[in-house]
Amino acid sequence: MDYGRFRKECLGVYAVWWREIKVFQREKSRVVSSIVQPLIWLFLFGSGMGASVSVSGVNYRDYIYPGILAMSVLFGSVFFGLYIVWDRKLDVLKAVLVAPVSRISIFLGKVLGGCTDVTLQILILLLFSFLFASVDPWGIPLALLILFITSIAMVSMGLAIGSFLESLEGFQVIATFVVFPLFFLSGALFPVDDRLPGWLQELVKLNPLTYTVDGVRGALLGVNTFPLYVDLGVITVFAVLMILAGSALFSRMK
Amino acid sequence: MAIIEIHALTKTYGRIPAVRGIDLSIEKGEIFGLLGPNGAGKTTTIGMLCTIVRPSSGSASIAGHDVLKEPAEVRRNVGIVFQDPTLDTILTGRENLELHALLYGVPSVVRGERIKELLELVDLKDRAKDITRTYSGGMRRRLELARGLLHRPAVLFLDEPTLGLDPQTRARIWDYIRKMARKEQTTIVLTTHYMEEAEQICDRVGIIDHGRIIALGTPEDLKESMGGYMVILRMKEAPLDRIRALPYVSEVKMNDDMVEITMKEAHLHLPDLLSNIRNVECVETRAPTLNDVFIKLTGRDIREEEIEDPGGWVESVARYRQRGR
Repeated sequence: MDYGRFRKECLGVYAVWWREIKVFQREKSRVVSSIVQPLIWLFLFGSGMGASVSVSGVNYRDYIYPGILAMSVLFGSVFFGLYIVWDRKLDVLKAVLVAPVSRISIFLGKVLGGCTDVTLQILILLLFSFLFASVDPWGIPLALLILFITSIAMVSMGLAIGSFLESLEGFQVIATFVVFPLFFLSGALFPVDDRLPGWLQELVKLNPLTYTVDGVRGALLGVNTFPLYVDLGVITVFAVLMILAGSALFSRMK
Repeated sequence: MAIIEIHALTKTYGRIPAVRGIDLSIEKGEIFGLLGPNGAGKTTTIGMLCTIVRPSSGSASIAGHDVLKEPAEVRRNVGIVFQDPTLDTILTGRENLELHALLYGVPSVVRGERIKELLELVDLKDRAKDITRTYSGGMRRRLELARGLLHRPAVLFLDEPTLGLDPQTRARIWDYIRKMARKEQTTIVLTTHYMEEAEQICDRVGIIDHGRIIALGTPEDLKESMGGYMVILRMKEAPLDRIRALPYVSEVKMNDDMVEITMKEAHLHLPDLLSNIRNVECVETRAPTLNDVFIKLTGRDIREEEIEDPGGWVESVARYRQRGR
């Protein structure tokens, strides 16, 4: 590919990303609820359970903080991706899809836009980390990196699914059969160890989000099941696979 | 060389043929109208020329670029205004244009100037900072016209640019299109089923029915091919044979209590015609319209196919297809 063509594709990626940032700035209620929801989990659920439970010597509310960060990434990213069903319904995407920019560039612009949204939300949630006594602030950059890679994977997955969903009714199906299982099987709310029933252990280990939760928990609390390189390796491979699957499906989208 | 060259272009969806072989060339700077009822194949044809729809067979090129072999070059050379609105309603008017400029790689040095120029052309300068969700239907259309021209395309495609707008707004949109064509020197290919509007704006029209072009020429030529003026008489029991025998009458048709006569030099022969028949309640004369051409060629009135409510569209297409078999 020659330089001029490459530059135009980059401009295309930037254009799609820029549009998503504008939308993010305008839909303030969506941003507020995406921040308040995890805080409810932490302070209402976490504090309530924490009154009687602690894990690995860590207060339960502190223990689930990394898990709730991962949850925010999961929900924010997948639903961002699925949102293209709506874009297609409103024909917003039509004018973009006929531009002389490859589908892959449009896909990458969407992925970057979604990651930026989600990462900004995570940064706001990380500002609350001082309220959790066990959190080591020096672990925040590593946690952010892990969450960012996870976001790339999950936005790609959402776009991949959204590219063949016909209607918004599909949202509920995806939430029930994909998003909630990924969340509850990730160890976000409980430790992954030998006390779990065998079948549950196997399912949890198959879930890529488990490695995000584990990595972030290791970075912020120093409590982890797997070594860091396994966590990073699994989510990076998962992200690459999702980008490939997403761009392939997106290219075929009508 | 013509800016658009189309050879034996076809498109079949499953077993249903939408376009059955179109040959056409359109010259640079022309305003060309593709006219026909819903379901005739207009939108599919434009889709193929814009590389959105893959042709089943045949070929087409725009500004020398083949739609199948060089889709990216074709896309760079065309602007499109779709039948349904496609503005990003969460962005402002200016932001919609900025997004488009980035997607089409309009150089940053000219971007701001070009956007300003087009916003002025469509009289939206004062509303450029408003979110397009707050725009009226006519304003949205105007912004889409500006967007279509932003990257200085060789050809601008307008698919039913006035569909769903009230008559007053429709007239204004045509004014803008005329103004833009003049100022930007762009070739314009439009589809519409408003025949009267098409004959006012188009240099040349092609009438398309059941996926084929059945007539091609300037609106004047097509109307002339009708064989003169239309005289409409309201009367009961018309002596049709006697009228038909008159030397200057080229065609006679009877609808309910109306006799439609096509005749040459109506101003000279009308008194003679009237002296040959009695009991005429009412006389009307008019020049033939493109709609008359359509009726003559297809035996149907395009307005019968005209759909006012968008909800009934699918049903009407189905009905139309049935009739076509």
